Amino acid sequence: MSTNSQKYRNSFLKEVEANVEEGEWVKMCMQCGVCAGSCPLGKHWDHPPQEIFMMIRAGKRDEVLTSDSMWMCTSCYNCIARCPRGLPITHIMHGLAVYSKRLGLMPDNQPTAEFGQIFWDNLMKKGRVNELKMGLSMYFKDGFSQGIKNAMANQKLGQNMMKAKRMNAMEIMGGHGVKSPGDLAKIIKKAQEIEDGNIQDFS
Amino acid sequence: MAEEKKMAGFVCTGCGIGERLDAGQLETTATRDGKMNTCVQHEMLCSKEGVQVIRDTIDNDGATHIMIAACSRRAKVEAFHFPEVAMTRANLREGVIWVRPDTDENKETTQEMADDYIRMACAEAKFSTKPTKSGEQELDKTIMVVGGGITGMTAAMEAAAAGYPVHLVEKGGALGGRIAEYYKVLPTRSPYAAPQESSIAEMAAAIEADDKIAVHLNSTLAQTSGAPGRFSVDVATESGSTSNFTCGAIVQATGFTPYDANKLPEFGYDKSADVVTNHELEALAKAANGGPIKRPSDGKEITSVAFVQNAGQCSDEEGKLAYFSGVTDLVSIKQAMYFKELNGDCDTTVLFNNLRTPGAAGEDFYRAGQEAMVLFSKGIVSEVVPGDSLTVKFKDLILNEDTEMDCDLVVLAVGMEPNSGPDPYYATEGEGAPEPGEEANPNAVPEISVDSILNLDYRQGTDLPQLKYGFNDSHFICFPYETRRTGIYAAGPVRRPMDIQQARDDAAGATMKAIQAAENAGKGMAAHPRAGDLSYPSFRKEGCTQCKRCTVECPFGAINEDEKRYPLFNEARCRRCGTCMGACPVRVISFENYSIDTVGQQIKNVEIPEEWDEKPRILVLACENDAYPALDQAAMNGVEINPWARVIPVRCLGSVSLSWITDSLNNGYDGIVLMGCQRGEDYQCHFVRGSAMANERMSKVGDTLQTLNLEPERVVVHEVAITDIERAPKLINDMAETVEKIGMSPFKF
Repeated sequence: MSTNSQKYRNSFLKEVEANVEEGEWVKMCMQCGVCAGSCPLGKHWDHPPQEIFMMIRAGKRDEVLTSDSMWMCTSCYNCIARCPRGLPITHIMHGLAVYSKRLGLMPDNQPTAEFGQIFWDNLMKKGRVNELKMGLSMYFKDGFSQGIKNAMANQKLGQNMMKAKRMNAMEIMGGHGVKSPGDLAKIIKKAQEIEDGNIQDFS
Repeated sequence: MAEEKKMAGFVCTGCGIGERLDAGQLETTATRDGKMNTCVQHEMLCSKEGVQVIRDTIDNDGATHIMIAACSRRAKVEAFHFPEVAMTRANLREGVIWVRPDTDENKETTQEMADDYIRMACAEAKFSTKPTKSGEQELDKTIMVVGGGITGMTAAMEAAAAGYPVHLVEKGGALGGRIAEYYKVLPTRSPYAAPQESSIAEMAAAIEADDKIAVHLNSTLAQTSGAPGRFSVDVATESGSTSNFTCGAIVQATGFTPYDANKLPEFGYDKSADVVTNHELEALAKAANGGPIKRPSDGKEITSVAFVQNAGQCSDEEGKLAYFSGVTDLVSIKQAMYFKELNGDCDTTVLFNNLRTPGAAGEDFYRAGQEAMVLFSKGIVSEVVPGDSLTVKFKDLILNEDTEMDCDLVVLAVGMEPNSGPDPYYATEGEGAPEPGEEANPNAVPEISVDSILNLDYRQGTDLPQLKYGFNDSHFICFPYETRRTGIYAAGPVRRPMDIQQARDDAAGATMKAIQAAENAGKGMAAHPRAGDLSYPSFRKEGCTQCKRCTVECPFGAINEDEKRYPLFNEARCRRCGTCMGACPVRVISFENYSIDTVGQQIKNVEIPEEWDEKPRILVLACENDAYPALDQAAMNGVEINPWARVIPVRCLGSVSLSWITDSLNNGYDGIVLMGCQRGEDYQCHFVRGSAMANERMSKVGDTLQTLNLEPERVVVHEVAITDIERAPKLINDMAETVEKIGMSPFKF
C-alpha cells in the first residue's frame, strides 16, 4: 500500500480530514511532543499522539488504522489542555478509533472496542443502559467458565451494591427503558444515514 | 599654547562631602599641592547658583583651566558643561565618601583619598588643554549608498526624505537587486496569511522621480579616499567612463549571494535540472506567469515538491555554512504556498530539522502554511536520487526511521553569504599581509579572489574588517550598524542574514547613523562612543621614529602614512580611543585633554606614604565605558572599596601606555589593577581591539617586573563588564589582600 508515491504526500491526510471527527486538525500539529509527554498512559501506547499525527502525514494508512494506540485513550484530556496549538487530541483519537472500526481495520479482541460494542448493543435494546446485564455481558464475553470465574471473583462487590440499593437484581427480568424505543431506533438510523452519506470513499 | 594658564578649583560640599571630609583642607591641597590659582567651596555646586559661581570665574576672572571636586565625572554632566575651558573632575562622592565607611578610625584614610583625588585632578587640569575642532572639516551632507537592492533603495529613500542628497551606486543594470527576481515576498502585515507582491517597482519609480537621489547604474567604486565628511569617490562605469563626487558618509548595502548548491553533490543539484535552489524557484514561479509552475527538465506541471531545509547551512561540515540564514524556513513556506496557489492540487512537503519561523508574524505564517495543507516533516535529508521522479532519502526524526519519498521537484533551501570585500586582516602573506604585531583574522573566510567593493584608500586594507563568516565586524550589541571604518555603515544581509522587512529597518537605522556621522564630522566631533568629543590625536613629529605601530594597531584604520612615512591622522576617521597613544613607544601621541602626561601626572601626584606607614597604594586604571560605570554603580550601592586604591578612568584599556605602569612601579605603588572590557571572539570592547591590544602589551609587563625584582602578582589585568557591580570593587580589594600577603613595594622614597 505505502509505495513511495503515497509517502509524505497529502492523500491519507486528506482522507483523515474528510472522514475522521476533528481530523482537519491533524495538519496543524507542530510536532512539539507535549501530548506524548503529557499522556498518563503514554508508555502503554505503541504510538503516542504526536507519532500518530506524523504517521498520518507520512501516509502510513494501514499502520495507523490497524493500530491499538488510539483505543488506549482514556479521555483524561491532559493533552488537549496542554497542546500549544489547541488540537482536540482526545477527540481525534476517538475519531480515528471510530473510523478504523467502520473500516473493520481495528485490531482483534481489542478490549476497549469490545466494551464499546457491548455497551452499544445493551443501550440499543431499551434506550437505556441495563447495568446488571451490562456487567454480566462483560463477565461472560470470554466464555461461560471464564464468566463464572469473573462472577465469583466479584461476588462480594455485587452483594454490597445490592445492599446499598445501587443495583437491582430484578433488572435481569428486562429492566426499564425509554418510553418509545422504536422512535429512538428511527433517530439512530437517520443519524447513521447522515454519517454514512458524509463518508468519502478513499479505498 | 602661549596664552597664560589660569587655574581655578571648586570644591563641592553637598551630598555629604562637607560632613565627611575637611573641605578646608581640600581647598588647601588644591592651592598648595595642586597649584590652583584660586579655589572656592560651594554647598551645592551643581545648583543654579553653584554653576553661576563657576561661570563667573570663567567669564570675569578669565579662568582657562578648572578643577571641579564633586561627584563622578559621569554625573551632572549637563550642569558641569564648560566647553570653553579645560575641565577636570575629582570624584569625591562616588570615588571616596560612598565607598568608605563613615567611622572615626577611617576618617584619616578617607581624607587622604580625597586629597589625592584633588591632587590628581589638579595635575590632570594642568596638563590638559581645551579641545577645539581642527577646522579641517566642512559639512558634506551627501550620503553614498552602495548597492541598489531593497536595502540600498530604502537607505537612499530614507536619506533623501531626511533632506540629504544621495549617490546610489549599483553594479547591475537596474535597481531592485534580488527581490526584483522574486515572484512574491513574505507578508509584512497582519494577518500574515499569504505571500504578497513586492513594492520594488514603486520604489524604483520613486527613486527615479526623486531629484535628491543620483543613481549610478552599471557602476563600481574605483577608489574611495578621505574620511567622514570628506570622502572622495571615483565611480567607474562598465563602459569605462569614470566620474567623481564627494560625500560625507557611506552606507554599504551590498547584500548577499546564495550559497553555491554545486557544493552539495549529495542532493543531486549538478545531476538533475529538477533539483533547484530556493532562489531559482523564484524564477520558475515568475516564469509561470500566473499559470502552473513547470519542471525545468521536461516542462511537466509539477504535482509534488519536497523542500530540503538547511541545505548546506547550520552544519559543522567543511565548506558548508556554520550559521542559519534566519529566513530560509519562512521562504520555503512561502514557496510551498506558490504551488498551492498556482498548481492546484500539488503536494508540498517541507523536510526540516529545526523549523525557525521567528516572531508573531513568523508563527502566523507557519500556521497559514499548515492550513493550506503544506506538509511538514521533521527529517534530515541524506540524498536526492535523480530520475524521472526524484527520490528523496531522509531520516524521519519523529518516527525514527530511514525512509524516502518521491516527488517531481526538489527545492534546496540554501543560505545567504554576505557580499563583502576582502578582509583587510585576512591575508597572511604577500601584499596586504599583516605587519608584525598586527593580527591576522583567524575567522576570515578563506576567499582570496574576492573583488574589493569600496576600494578604500586606507593604510589598513580596501574594505570593511570582518568578524566571522565574512560578515563585517561591529559592536553588535551597542552599535549594530557600526563598522570598523568610521562613517561607513553596513546594512542588510551584508551585515547578517535577514529578511526583507528586517533589511528595510536596517537600512533606515544605518542611514540615520550615516547622517549623524556626516553631521558630526562637519562639526569636528567624534562619532560614537565618544560622540561629540572634539579632542583628537596629534603627534610630535620630531620625536616620531616611524615605527608604524600606531598606523598598524588603530582598530579603525584611521591613520595613514604620508609620503615621508610619518603617521597621517585622519581626525574624522578617529574614534578617540587612544589605542595609538598606548601603542606609541616614544610617547609622542596625545590628545588635548588626554595624554601620557594627563594620566602620568595623576599617577605621580598621588602621595605615596613611607613604607613604615603601612599604607600601600594601588593604582586602578579603569575603562570609562564599562569598568568605571560599574565602580560608580557599586558606590551608589554602598559597596566598600579599599582605601589604598586610586582609580583613574581611561578611554580604553588600549590607550594605556606601558610607561604609566613602569612609572607607577618606580614611584612605589604596591599594586596595579587594569580593568577593561571582554576581549576575544565575543568581545565587548567599545573600540573593538583596544582591550585585546592592552592584554597583549601587558603580557610584556612581566619583564619589567623582573628587572625591578618585583612579584608578578603586582600587576593584574581583568575583564570587567558594566554589570560587574559587586565584582569590580572586589577585584580592587583582592589586590589589597595580595599586597598584604606579598608585602609592600620596596620602591618608596
